[in-house]
Amino acid sequence: MAGAVKKEPFVRLAKRDGMPGFKKITIRLLSLIIALIVCGLLIFAITKLNPLEVYSTMITGAFGTKTRIWSTIKEMTMLACIAIGLAPAFKMRFWNIGAEGQVLIGGIVTAGCMIYLKALPPVALFAVMLVGSMIAGALWGLLPAVFKAKWNTNETLFTLMMNYVAIQLTSFFVAKWENPYGSNTVGIINQKTQEGWFPAVMESRYFISVVLVLLLAVLMFVYLKFTKHGYEISVVGESENTARYAGISVGWVIIRTMLLSGALCGLAGFMAVAGASHTISTSTAGGRGFTAIIVAWLAKFDSATMLLISLLLAFLQSGAGEIASKCKLNSYASEMITGIILFFILGSEFFINYRLIFRGAKEKGEG
Amino acid sequence: MSEAVISLRNVTKSFGDVLANDNVSMDIYKGEILSLLGENGSGKTTLMNMLSGIYYPDHGTITVGGKEVNIRDPKDAFACGIGMVHQHFKLVDVFSAAQNVVVGIKRKDGFDLRAVSQEIRKICDKYGFVMDPEKKVYDMSVSEKQTLEIIKVIYRGADILILDEPTAVLTPQETERLFDVVRNMKKDGKTVVIITHKLHEVLAISDRVAILRKGAYIDAVATRDATQEKLTEMMVGEKVELNIDRPEVKDKKLRLKVEHLSCYNTDGLQVLNDVSFDAYGGEILGIAGVSGNGQKELLESVAGLQNTMPGSRISYYSPEDGKEHELLGLTPKKIRQLGVHLSFVPEDRLGMGLVGSMGMSENMMLKDYSEGHSIFTDKKKPKALAEQILKDLKVVTPGISTPVRRLSGGNVQKVLVGREIAASPAVLMTAYAVRGLDINTSYTIYRLLNEQKSAGVAVIYVGEDLDVLMELCDRILVLCGGRVSGILDGRTARKEEIGRMMTTYAGKENS
Repeated sequence: MAGAVKKEPFVRLAKRDGMPGFKKITIRLLSLIIALIVCGLLIFAITKLNPLEVYSTMITGAFGTKTRIWSTIKEMTMLACIAIGLAPAFKMRFWNIGAEGQVLIGGIVTAGCMIYLKALPPVALFAVMLVGSMIAGALWGLLPAVFKAKWNTNETLFTLMMNYVAIQLTSFFVAKWENPYGSNTVGIINQKTQEGWFPAVMESRYFISVVLVLLLAVLMFVYLKFTKHGYEISVVGESENTARYAGISVGWVIIRTMLLSGALCGLAGFMAVAGASHTISTSTAGGRGFTAIIVAWLAKFDSATMLLISLLLAFLQSGAGEIASKCKLNSYASEMITGIILFFILGSEFFINYRLIFRGAKEKGEG
Repeated sequence: MSEAVISLRNVTKSFGDVLANDNVSMDIYKGEILSLLGENGSGKTTLMNMLSGIYYPDHGTITVGGKEVNIRDPKDAFACGIGMVHQHFKLVDVFSAAQNVVVGIKRKDGFDLRAVSQEIRKICDKYGFVMDPEKKVYDMSVSEKQTLEIIKVIYRGADILILDEPTAVLTPQETERLFDVVRNMKKDGKTVVIITHKLHEVLAISDRVAILRKGAYIDAVATRDATQEKLTEMMVGEKVELNIDRPEVKDKKLRLKVEHLSCYNTDGLQVLNDVSFDAYGGEILGIAGVSGNGQKELLESVAGLQNTMPGSRISYYSPEDGKEHELLGLTPKKIRQLGVHLSFVPEDRLGMGLVGSMGMSENMMLKDYSEGHSIFTDKKKPKALAEQILKDLKVVTPGISTPVRRLSGGNVQKVLVGREIAASPAVLMTAYAVRGLDINTSYTIYRLLNEQKSAGVAVIYVGEDLDVLMELCDRILVLCGGRVSGILDGRTARKEEIGRMMTTYAGKENS
């Protein structure tokens, strides 16, 4: 018998059996602080700038003036709105990677309404845009859902490919609505008359968006937690067999939930066009449809947490833009900072679920 | 007895808060057949997994052949001559037997498969296996797959074989054949450890029995000095009455009539073929058969979860008004709306019967959450029911909102059975209701089923332990290859007869 006398492995993993809530929060905060330190070291190593100055530049960049605060909040509402829309789909374990397209389609319809229906009274126009963008987004979500429900197609690929269709459609409409001719952009729609624009409340055009998103956050929380629909979504997400056993019509729940998810993403497109940029281009969604996936998952679909994470990401983005111009770093540097911070936050989940045991460690069963 | 070939000293392993093995010190002697006996969750498999390199102990030492070793992965285990056959086979379906035997072995000059086949034939002759090295795994029966797993570890040079619950998937006849092989291996000087919780097998095959209870090592006794009662007491920690009650059938009433039921599974294979039987209120109808012979599809057809072929009929006779309802073609929800009181404890408890991430309370409303017109779920009733079941069935859980996934197997089953019985069924179907449960919980389940029987419920009990089926059930339906090979009286049926009917239909071997 070959006696294999080997050393004990250097490090081993052990799954934790749950952790008290305050400890989880401590670990997450700790990871954020470590991320900031690492970023600081990196900034210093590469640029010789004082990291603290860079950070304070970021804060001024995001919250320095009223305009900047509102711009950060605008970014946050967009992200949060899409994340809230994605939450029911992902809770059902339906991988809706198609928010980007659903937002764009909602945006196209909104822009179309602003262009063709500007004669309508403002309230009616507002209502038509709202409903129209939601229906458009819902239809964009419906297609992959129907295929999933009927033929069990892969929704990840399907929703992803729908994005490209939406982008092409957007290009088509940009060409059609080109203004001025030859610019290859739609320009600001109704710039003088401002038909279809969100009116300014509390000195800001973004105020209505904020109210809308907060309302959605509350409604989604209630929907997922307390309604029969929410219960069905949880059961289908956990196990389709259990759902069938319980008498839930799995196909219908998938379709219904994706209609909702798509509609809310379409609504985000409405907010982006009528509430913020007043134009439409292929970058109207600007990757937020993907970033929102991170928001939804990090928050584990909890509304309040989604708002917080959206705020963090919006802050990082606005702040990063500022250091790019102020500290003469290009925009990649700011993206690196965002990347490092996200990496640490995501990584902290690992330490919440597992603990490491090093060679020679005598301790057993730490909390 | 000769010298210890493996010595474990103070071996401890924990998973989170659960202490799976607590300071276990034991010896395995060269050339013996050792039974490792313990209830489910007593840490038998975990302990052996530390010998086979799946887990690494938190602390404690393992000595093999007099030398202290660190077994970090299965390769280290093979280097020590230890090979383990796991309960869930680890084979590549599209490979032949010979390919499976060498897969994962690194060798620079490659393999001559013909030579490997020769080697396999030699091993077969030596120990009395029957195995065609060219046969593909997807063509093999469960017992052939197991044989292949054993050949695999012998080929890799294991002198110490660990078999994890090897008889769980075998018929009585196959079990006998396996035991013959094990005896041959012992004659050849190999050491065999059999993990099991079946007492009569322990007594039939082993030289010595080592007993674990709740992760702790209790003692080892020579088999010739052991009795079923004594072993049970050591295993459970208290005296247990091992007799299952079987009250006389009173007031038998037809509740369910299944006629010419046939269906295909999702792979297009016919899994049920012209199945007909009646189930009566006031009796327990047992269903015996090798696992995967149509039991699952049979129950799911009744529950409205299976597509069936034309010509099939399933009729339900209501206890309230005696009306007949055809169940086929209805969804589970429609069946419920018709007022049919059908309860179903499926085999896959967390994958079908319950939602693992939800607590007891939320699981209580799984089947009737949609009742009423409110768009909101009613959380009060299920909460009360959860507390009731928690108390009545002594479910061990930190709280009714703790995800049921975190409960032990026995407690999960109590939650599921509790909910299904609380729905006051007229027909109660259970699939492998005691699989993986400890003895006390198993007896709780038998008691609950008998209570239902006495209350006039038609109980259908799909089981795998023939001894239990013969003790508990009034009639036993035997399935073989999706067909009914006979319905026997539970009071007079003999085990050999049932075993034969499980593998042959109308005198023909089932392939």
